[in-house]
Amino acid sequence: MNDISKQVRRYGWIILIHLGVVIIWYLWVSISKVPDYVMPSPIATILSLGEDYGWIHNTYVTAVEVFGGYFLAVVAGVSMALIFNWFQLMEKMFMPLVVSLNMIPKVALGPLFIVWLSYGIGPNMLISFSICFLPILLTMERGLREADPDLLDLVRTLRASRWQIFTKIQLPGSLPYLFSGMKVAVILAVAGAIVGEFIASSEGLGYLMMQVQVTMDTAAMFMAVLLITAIGVVLYGIVLLLEYFFLGYGPNEI
Amino acid sequence: MSEAFIHLADVRKVFKSRKEEFLAVSEVTFDVQAGELVSLVGPSGCGKTTILKILAGIHSYEGGTVRIGSKESPFDPSKDIGIVFQQPLLLKWRKVLKNVLLPAEILGLPHKESLERAHYLLEMVGLQGFEDKYPHELSGGMQQRTAIARALIHDPKLVLMDEPFGALDALTREKMNLELLRIWRESQKTILFVTHGIQEAVFLGTRVIVLTSSPARMADNISIDLPYPRTLDMKTHEEFGKYTRHLYKHLGMEVGNSDKSGEKSAIK
Repeated sequence: MNDISKQVRRYGWIILIHLGVVIIWYLWVSISKVPDYVMPSPIATILSLGEDYGWIHNTYVTAVEVFGGYFLAVVAGVSMALIFNWFQLMEKMFMPLVVSLNMIPKVALGPLFIVWLSYGIGPNMLISFSICFLPILLTMERGLREADPDLLDLVRTLRASRWQIFTKIQLPGSLPYLFSGMKVAVILAVAGAIVGEFIASSEGLGYLMMQVQVTMDTAAMFMAVLLITAIGVVLYGIVLLLEYFFLGYGPNEI
Repeated sequence: MSEAFIHLADVRKVFKSRKEEFLAVSEVTFDVQAGELVSLVGPSGCGKTTILKILAGIHSYEGGTVRIGSKESPFDPSKDIGIVFQQPLLLKWRKVLKNVLLPAEILGLPHKESLERAHYLLEMVGLQGFEDKYPHELSGGMQQRTAIARALIHDPKLVLMDEPFGALDALTREKMNLELLRIWRESQKTILFVTHGIQEAVFLGTRVIVLTSSPARMADNISIDLPYPRTLDMKTHEEFGKYTRHLYKHLGMEVGNSDKSGEKSAIK
């Protein structure tokens, strides 16, 4: 009972503060003489949804790119971390390469991806993937190495198999690290997909922004930004839920 | 007397780094009888932990012999050793009960029996009612009790303890000493207890083995003829003082010296 009222209060505050920002935005726009095409009001922004900009389709396209790229990055990052952890030689050989490849600004690769793969959802997903993959690999790899040497000695005296050490100690121990990497990666995944759409695309919210920029429909641009943000928030929320599921006080059987 | 449970003779251990060799353990010889609680005492870095790790099979050794168990009662290092370190090293995502069960899971012991034993052990270490707590919800002393229960879950013949109470505050430590003595008597295990607390070593041990650092050698091996059950009261007895004085002397800390140096520093 007490818990529920605590939760209500907490979410109440979150909603209130967000609403507060919108109200300040509204007041500022209506009191100051900022022209509409520079700073649209919240109402104009919402009204832009009425325009025939294919909002649903474009949001869907961007969401697919973000979620797809992110999912690929989690799968690839975690598997590569496992391989590096199990085969130290692989790590010695390829980790430096992965790090230096990562130093390439992925945004700069955008035009190349388009040359190689043409444009569309696929290449944008790939840009999103390439940009958010490394934090997942690095944090997971670090997490797997986190197990205390004394604890490993302890289970080794019991002749624990490598698989047992992995499932009972390393993997659950690495999850807090993985989740912190996954949270950082959410923001990068969204940025990656939008950059891809900016460079070349025929659909998606990033594409839409480039289109309406020409007609100075700032309200629609604002709306697109809000929708992009919403995609990121939803993905972040999913990660938080997973984190709560694995690391919270609920079902803690890993 | 029958064959000793543990027999070490002239054990040597050298750590090699690229540049130099470091003699960690030199000519260590001692026996431990089954059911004894032997304290290994000495300054930090004198190789106490290394000896424990040699017995646990974690470290190799360069010379001498190490034998545990006998023909009549063979010893299987994977099943017959329980270890408690200075840190409890509990898995923070597992509740107390599941932490205690970890070795049983690894060894593939039958679940039902292990569960019963885990409940029994948690009661023995005074943690009944805490089975469903997470480690971070427990105090340091309780975490270490959990670690002790975990070390006993697979019913090992030998328990190796590496400064298990070193991270606890002084009062909790004394309490845990009493608890350990009770657990030792109830479980009838052979315990090797590493510490750098001389009082602790004497208070707990049937015997105290003294090691010195650089060179890392055995300096003494005395049996403590104080009756069990031991009480905190005994620490004030003349007998107890004799043992501790003897050990301080052996470790090169003449009793009285520290007082003088204390005066000097006070004058400064």
